Amino acid sequence: MPAQRGAIVEARGIHKHFGGLHVLKGVDLAVRERELVFVIGPSGSGKSTLLRCLNRLEEPSDGSITVDGIDMLDRRTDINKARQRIGMVFQSFNLYPHMTALGNVALALRRVQGMSRAAAEAKARQALERVHLADRSGHYPGQLSGGQQQRVAIARAIALEPRVMLFDEPTSALDPELVGGVLAAMRELRESGMTMVVVSHEMGFARAAADRVVFMDGGRIVEEGPPEAIFGNPQQERTRAFIGQITRH
Amino acid sequence: MSNWDRFLDSFFNARVAAEYLPKIIEGFWLTILLAACIILAGVAAGLALAVLRSLGIRVLNWAIIFVVDLFRALPPLVIIALLYFGLPAAGLSLSGFAAAWLALSLVLMAFTEEIFWAGITAVPKGQWEAARSTGLGFLDTFTLVVLPQAVRMVIPPLTNRTIAITKGTALASVVAVQEILGAAQAGVSFSFNPTPLTLGAVAYLVLFLPVVILGRWVETRFAWKR
Repeated sequence: MPAQRGAIVEARGIHKHFGGLHVLKGVDLAVRERELVFVIGPSGSGKSTLLRCLNRLEEPSDGSITVDGIDMLDRRTDINKARQRIGMVFQSFNLYPHMTALGNVALALRRVQGMSRAAAEAKARQALERVHLADRSGHYPGQLSGGQQQRVAIARAIALEPRVMLFDEPTSALDPELVGGVLAAMRELRESGMTMVVVSHEMGFARAAADRVVFMDGGRIVEEGPPEAIFGNPQQERTRAFIGQITRH
Repeated sequence: MSNWDRFLDSFFNARVAAEYLPKIIEGFWLTILLAACIILAGVAAGLALAVLRSLGIRVLNWAIIFVVDLFRALPPLVIIALLYFGLPAAGLSLSGFAAAWLALSLVLMAFTEEIFWAGITAVPKGQWEAARSTGLGFLDTFTLVVLPQAVRMVIPPLTNRTIAITKGTALASVVAVQEILGAAQAGVSFSFNPTPLTLGAVAYLVLFLPVVILGRWVETRFAWKR
């Protein structure tokens, strides 16, 4: 596969072993600038592991990954610097419970980007405004709803002005009535031109916003294409079976 | 003399109390000094060991676990006796105060290491991942994200253990330290009257009740806002 023009994320031949378990079996994924790629697949298919390899939260056993021109697996790469270009949002939010929403967002701005407290907090406030939570900046995570916590987590990531955002099942831990606010924040981010890789089963959102849907099973990419094609007319048997399962309920 | 009068004369004898109160007060301050030195050294060393252990260097961790288990298993009085009566044979003699301080600090260190370690491992992995994903390094993540949460979690067991071991300062009386119990016992043997022990008990209450209440306050103060 030739290097795609304008690919901002390029993963090639990614393998990942956990002990005797072969979780990723040679995955290639290229994401163009401003593209929104949805990754779907049954649990255990390796989609979260793939996402976590992209910012090296997991160390791939083999393969190469470049993000925004940086070789992520090169030992000489300053991984902490590289990670600031890659925002990540987790299923369980992972906000720091001992800090306010503002503190959560400002921490990396101060410690990693070396901003003064005032500058970091001003920028953190802007990020919270973008997810419509400016009025909650003094609240602790325990005082926020799940949906609000996830939006703070999004603000924490975008405050660092990343080139790519990774979302690992961002709405799976939320009560149904709280999903909308998080999806709205993601949609606004999308409209601002952010490149996004989303592991999620929010089909409606995928249909409306995704440029491409990637279906993974058994540690491999089985099929990929535009959302209409994957959801409406899947070519592979395994894809058909999976789409059938998640649309039935 | 009725039994009641005899009881009062034994435990609440005003003359004996007045005579030995200054000694007990001296012992009170000595106990506070000893306790403060133990808490400072023990908690700091325990925290340092827990931090070292979280670096995950295998050989170092075996050594830490060995030391910690050793001092958790040995009765504090045995350690005090070993240091005070045993070390001179090796050409190194410690004062009673130093022996008691070192022994109880080592015991407190061992227990606080385990407590801090439990707290550190109880912080969810997602906290590490979130911090590292924003570009924070190991040290920043540990000191700014993980440790503050670990410390908050362990404050109740930590205060309990600290109070329990600090009360062990009474053991120092065995190695001739005139802390509260030592001073009280000396008073009893000079006056042939147990009233100094009553004073000693009161002194311990005056010393430790506020500590227990402070512990309660610290627990609520550091709970997360919900």
